[in-house]
Amino acid sequence: MKPGPPPIDISGRREGVWFERGFVWVCRVAIVLPLVTLVWLLGGVIARGLGRIDLGFLLDAPSQLDATTGGIWPALMGSLWLIVITAAVSLPVGVGAALYLEEYGKRTRLGTVVEIAIANLAGVPSIIYGMLGLGLFVRWMALGETVIAGALTLALLVLPVVIMSSREALRTVKDSLREAALGLGATRWQTTRHVVLPMAIPGILTGAILAISRAIGETAPLVVVGAVAFILYAPDGLDAEYTALPMQIFQWTSNPRREFLTNAAAGIVVLMFTLFLLNSIAILLRNRFQKRMY
Amino acid sequence: MSAPAPEVALPAVAARTRAQRASGPGERVIELGLAACSAVSIVVTVGIVLVLVFEAAEFFRAVPLTKFFGDTEWTPLFKDNQHFGIWPLVMGTLVTSAIAMAVALPFGLLAAIYLSEYAAPRTRRMLKPALELLAGVPTIVYGYFALTVLTPFLQQFIPGLAGGNMLSPGIVMGILIIPMVSSLAEDAIYAVPDSLREGALGLGAGKLPTILRVVVPSAWSGIAAAMTLAVSRAIGETMIVAIAAGNQAKFTTDPREPAETMTAYIVNISKGDIPNGTLEYRTIFAVGLVLFAMTLTMNLITYRLSRRLRAQSRA
Amino acid sequence: MTLPSPPPTTEPAMKIRVSGLKAWFGTHEVLKGIDLPIPAREVTAIIGPSGCGKSTFIRCLNRMHELVTGARSEGQVLLDDTDVYAPEVDPVLLRRRVGMVFQKPNPFPSMSIRENVLAGLRLTKRMGGRKPAEVCEKALRQAALWDEVKDKLDKPGTSLSGGQQQRLCIARTLAVDPEVVLMDEPCSALDPIATARIEDLLHDLRRDYTIIIVTHNLQQATRVSNRTGFFLQGELVEFDLTDKIFTSPQDRRTEDYITGKFG
Repeated sequence: MKPGPPPIDISGRREGVWFERGFVWVCRVAIVLPLVTLVWLLGGVIARGLGRIDLGFLLDAPSQLDATTGGIWPALMGSLWLIVITAAVSLPVGVGAALYLEEYGKRTRLGTVVEIAIANLAGVPSIIYGMLGLGLFVRWMALGETVIAGALTLALLVLPVVIMSSREALRTVKDSLREAALGLGATRWQTTRHVVLPMAIPGILTGAILAISRAIGETAPLVVVGAVAFILYAPDGLDAEYTALPMQIFQWTSNPRREFLTNAAAGIVVLMFTLFLLNSIAILLRNRFQKRMY
Repeated sequence: MSAPAPEVALPAVAARTRAQRASGPGERVIELGLAACSAVSIVVTVGIVLVLVFEAAEFFRAVPLTKFFGDTEWTPLFKDNQHFGIWPLVMGTLVTSAIAMAVALPFGLLAAIYLSEYAAPRTRRMLKPALELLAGVPTIVYGYFALTVLTPFLQQFIPGLAGGNMLSPGIVMGILIIPMVSSLAEDAIYAVPDSLREGALGLGAGKLPTILRVVVPSAWSGIAAAMTLAVSRAIGETMIVAIAAGNQAKFTTDPREPAETMTAYIVNISKGDIPNGTLEYRTIFAVGLVLFAMTLTMNLITYRLSRRLRAQSRA
Repeated sequence: MTLPSPPPTTEPAMKIRVSGLKAWFGTHEVLKGIDLPIPAREVTAIIGPSGCGKSTFIRCLNRMHELVTGARSEGQVLLDDTDVYAPEVDPVLLRRRVGMVFQKPNPFPSMSIRENVLAGLRLTKRMGGRKPAEVCEKALRQAALWDEVKDKLDKPGTSLSGGQQQRLCIARTLAVDPEVVLMDEPCSALDPIATARIEDLLHDLRRDYTIIIVTHNLQQATRVSNRTGFFLQGELVEFDLTDKIFTSPQDRRTEDYITGKFG
């Protein structure tokens, strides 16, 4: 017979119940507080900037002298140029790399080295990409401080994002489909081109949009590769001087005259609205994609 | 993994080689093209190292390493009293990053624990994307917020808080990093097998002790990986500190004071009009090299830790 | 191997009385009304083919079943006359009296052998004035593991072999001083030698504990248990002294199962 303490009363009170309740509340606060900050940030920006936005703000060149006139036209067009070229360069290269890694190069030596390179690049600060762009495009390739140099720099910056999201999308395509196509006598490229890619396209596009949102908001690398802070004209070619929306916001924010902060806020509203639109499209795409899978 | 695979066991591979033989050079060209695309990543990695090392080498030919690492004053733009001691910039980076981690770590970890162990599935589906929004806001916007909203707000409570200071951008950087910490830590916590939770609950342990003393310690390597990645992100963050930290290269640990981080210094030189090829200009590559070395170290630790995590969850 | 001691002539005291126990995973009913009295200080074996609900049954006894999302149960489980499903009962406290050993050994990887043994008491803040070294040695001796690990108590629990890990988990369970120990196929992941060690251990443990063991292995049931219950498709087909179940089963289905006609 086991001598022992009297049995525990299982209907009794347990230690630490209140502590746990308190802890869960602390957790809730830890989630809600950052979200409140986000609302605070967005609310403040909208309250300050929304009134400043009109057609003139969108279509005029900025003014150095008067904070109440002028706008973001050159910055808007600069961002557009940058994004289009960035997408045109990074998407084909990124998707191509993803195709190689998923469909061709599994277990090859090149594949392994590329894996490590991508893992490393994804963690490199964006400003370092700016320095690469400065050394490689602006100086060595002598492109100068031009739209094309800025766009190529951004393209390299978002390349890991494009590759990683494209690989995710390719991985959702079942191997049995690949084997079926190969079994019918299709070549590896025919299989990839006509079976795998069409199924992965929505996922790839979602990732591409997210990569482009990243590029739109980037400032630091553009500063380094010489986007100008103040310019009156939209770029008119690949070799033009340029600025970008976040650059313009940066310029207004760091302007010692406080009244320009209103312009910065208005610029931020435009920037955030653009990102919101892009992300909504990405979410719509993803939802449609997911529905098709079931 | 490099051992030759047995032909018989892999019908897909066998089919592939046959198909390639049948289809002539076109297939080969395409494969080479795709391989070239993937090789861009290697070129970029090598390119970064080469650019930084070559330009920094030029700098170190003029300024010896002993002056670079043996001085606590950083005044490269002064005409008559030039100092090239990197420490003020390193200190600025470390203090702002430490503040960011002090925010991101507890918040991110608590959020991860709540989302993975306590939140109802519906709550989780709502909160997780909401939290991810924080990471989607451009850093320039955070910089504006730190300078124009948070600093004035904090000045009401903290006497002596300068207009440009390390505290405010540090906090904002922390908020930016919270989703990264929480989602990586959540993955790690999620990967802890349920058998361990059951083991502790079966002993009559409450849910919270089970989480804090069994689940979280078992997820340690993943959580540590989340931390190192977050540190790397904080060290490399640029615009928030460039806008709100005051841009004065002071050797100080007081978060109320202005400072300049390595990243902010690079931005400030780049946007100014210091001519290319001068010694002053080359400082940014020396600073960039130190920055790159620091983030690379953190990234390598992260890589190691997450490999260990994967090995663990396989066992 | 010694046979189980002959059953006492008088009916033993009952530790747990189960009546009308039903359990579900979502809409799938896995237990369809179980009535079963479990005597104190005996080993009760639960046998039956895979998916018959035997694991779910013992997980209902310490309310581990309800931890799975979508799982629920109904009916009465009396532990010494207290209904463990009564609303005022705290399942966490219940599990301190009704401990559990799982199918796969699950020592806590972040803890040493010593910390694993003490984990139950420490996690529940019940070390009190107890001496860690004494608690640890006693539990490890009970689990017949002491001699093998006494020189490496600070090594991680996961460094032990599978059989040792399972005995460590038994020691961990015994250290919190439960009255009932539930064992869910504790030997299914172990080799024959490790299995034999655990079976020997059960002989010693039943002096002090009420043990309920789920097993796939019919020989194991005959070797270790006093009584055996046969489950089939969520129902208790037959429950009797182990000798009787294996020599003269009353139900045709029990006979078919133990003679290997299905399963």
